[in-house]
Amino acid sequence: MTVSPAPSNTNEYEAERVSASACPACLAAPSAEQLAKSGDIKGARIMLSLPTAHCAVCITDVERELMKQPGVKSARVNLTLKRASVDAETGVEPVELIAALDRIGYESHELDAGMLSATEADKRGRDLLMRIGVAGFAMMNIMLLSVAVWSGAQDATRDLFHWVSAAIAIPTIIFSGQPFFASAYYSLRGGRLGMDVPISLAILLALGISLFETMHSGAHAYFEAATMLTFFLLVGRYLDYRTRAVARSAAEELAALEVPRATVLRDGVEVVVPVGELVVGELMRVRPGGRIPADGEVIEGHSESDRSLLTGESLPVQVGPGMVLSAGEVNLTGPLMIRVTAAGKDSSLHRMADLVAMAESAKTKYTSLAERAARAYAPIVHILSFTAFCAWAWVTGGDFRLAINIAAAVLIITCPCALGLAVPAVVTAASGKLFRKGLLIKDGTALERLAEIDTVVFDKTGTLTMGAPRPQNLSDLAPKALSVAMALAEGSSHPLARALHQGALGQGVTPAALDDLREVPGYGVEGHWQGQIVRLGRANWIGAEEGASTATHLKIGDETPVSIRFVDSLRPGAEEAVAGLAAQGKSVWLVSGDVEAAVADLAQRLGIAQYRAGALPMEKAQLVRDLTHEGRRVLMIGDGLNDTAALAGAHVSVSPASALDAARTASDIVLLGQDLAPIAEAARIAKRARHRIKENFAISIIYNAIAVPLALMGLATPLMAALAMSASSITVSLNSLRLR
Amino acid sequence: MDVLIYFIPISLFLGGIGLTAFWWSIKNRQYDDPKGDAERILSHEFDDRPKQD
Repeated sequence: MTVSPAPSNTNEYEAERVSASACPACLAAPSAEQLAKSGDIKGARIMLSLPTAHCAVCITDVERELMKQPGVKSARVNLTLKRASVDAETGVEPVELIAALDRIGYESHELDAGMLSATEADKRGRDLLMRIGVAGFAMMNIMLLSVAVWSGAQDATRDLFHWVSAAIAIPTIIFSGQPFFASAYYSLRGGRLGMDVPISLAILLALGISLFETMHSGAHAYFEAATMLTFFLLVGRYLDYRTRAVARSAAEELAALEVPRATVLRDGVEVVVPVGELVVGELMRVRPGGRIPADGEVIEGHSESDRSLLTGESLPVQVGPGMVLSAGEVNLTGPLMIRVTAAGKDSSLHRMADLVAMAESAKTKYTSLAERAARAYAPIVHILSFTAFCAWAWVTGGDFRLAINIAAAVLIITCPCALGLAVPAVVTAASGKLFRKGLLIKDGTALERLAEIDTVVFDKTGTLTMGAPRPQNLSDLAPKALSVAMALAEGSSHPLARALHQGALGQGVTPAALDDLREVPGYGVEGHWQGQIVRLGRANWIGAEEGASTATHLKIGDETPVSIRFVDSLRPGAEEAVAGLAAQGKSVWLVSGDVEAAVADLAQRLGIAQYRAGALPMEKAQLVRDLTHEGRRVLMIGDGLNDTAALAGAHVSVSPASALDAARTASDIVLLGQDLAPIAEAARIAKRARHRIKENFAISIIYNAIAVPLALMGLATPLMAALAMSASSITVSLNSLRLR
Repeated sequence: MDVLIYFIPISLFLGGIGLTAFWWSIKNRQYDDPKGDAERILSHEFDDRPKQD
């Protein structure tokens, strides 16, 4: 995997425009490095994402609950970003805070506390806001003076007003115009003609011409047009920036689930090292609940391993010495000693990353509507204005002052004020709407791409289902058996045991009193109850018959074992999402690495006609590619590492917040809440938004079609330019707000 | 029209006050959480210890 060089600071505005879609695998790598570094910082500040917070009561509830936790010094909720920042003493674990919030009914996720990038981004937002403020102040003051000129100020008075306007406009343009000048400079240096080149040219030409006219007591000065242009375009730029900054900071700072560090034995001592420093042949220790950091062979210990994120299998696999495990699996019950067999480039995790990189490069680069507009627009503007200059210079027999005046007027009139607002205003309105529904748009063009989809591919485990089992037949158990089962379940952190405990708790069962409770890693839990041995665990350990579905088994003394079956609960809103997408005429697919029976069952339950079971990661990506070759535009929704390549290869992709870091990085949209229903809604909103963007383009084209001929004929006055510019900008903004 | 000599500086000065206030509000991070601030005034818990950065 190659890591692209970090953009330099000098090129900050250009760097800003490079979207995160370039290469998800590359982005994942530095984030892991940063995480490894930030691990050294004393855990002072914890950031939590609160997708469900929405009101004053939420703020007080969350803040009060967080303040109650030992070690928490202060807690503050930011409702706009749906986040809480907590100042706490070292040793306070985010997990505890998340659990505490869960108890009072608030869903929360940990955010990477490497706050540096967030405050940095915030600084740039405030900087842009400041430039807008200055441009706005200058625009209004110059407008006051200009109104006097337009209503008939003459001679010395007019010149005085022009001079005062110049005194305000020049420093304003120098300060506020910087983002455009910088961006224009870099695009020219890169040999491209971006939207910012005509913008900068228009602003500078307007300023230069006005200054020249003022010096020679001319009648027309465009100071207000120059500042107004800067103001409106800055507003567009700020909206654009905000949309991306908010989404990026939240989506990319969601704490990495993969621990980039491993505990290894070196000279008999346990040392924690970054995963990158692992050497083949080293022994590493993985505790229950930990993720396997690199591929390896089990040397010592028994446990079970959860592979759902790698393969989509919903059943945990039994693990013992001699078994080979891949990086990314979760060790469930017992401590394991693993000998590293592949590290770094050879590990299966890296092969997966390569797959993502391949899918990403195979994907044709998407040109957004704004880019296409700019590409068509910039040359036309330059040619028009240059032609006007030549024509008028020739017609008047060399009156360059008049020719330049007209050329500048053409540039100012055609300057894409409304065009600059057309896309960001709509995207801001739409992503604000989606954010309130719990969807984060990570990529600027994701909304446009979402509007084009006609096929939806769902992953099963963890996406349509919660990836968390739920006991199905608790009522079949005798009350006594249930209370014994609950007591046994308390002794393990295995997902089935925890689900059983939760389920029993929900039915108001009190656990029986057990002695000698102990966990037998890889098999189950054992204890003594009223002199009998009681066991909860695997069928072959208990002596029960293995069933087809996910189950655990309970045996009390010599009684016949009882099976407790589990179903993976459906994610809330899954039915609505599938039904909603189907109602919009999209064809829905289900693809999973799980066994045929489980996939077919779910497909039938949700009414999905096309499904594929037992799919390997490559096959998932291949399915997406095949569909794309058929001319379809695919929306991929998945959460696992096995979905990552498919996510990267799809036209647009969505992953839930609970997804693996790599999957979230590869996808364009992150679902913050548990509910899947907003996806159907998002597809609808995206379509509307695209429609609005096109309307906005039409509005600015109509305005240009009227104003440009007048400017070319030399009839444009500063008053006309000012009126047309503000009228079109306001029309476009209002049209964007109509988005429902 | 001599009155302009006074009026122009006065209007610029007043505008400048507005600009300074705006500058202060940005520096003071008044726009970090507009939605939260709007909701907070409905809360009965008086926030007497604003967060210090």
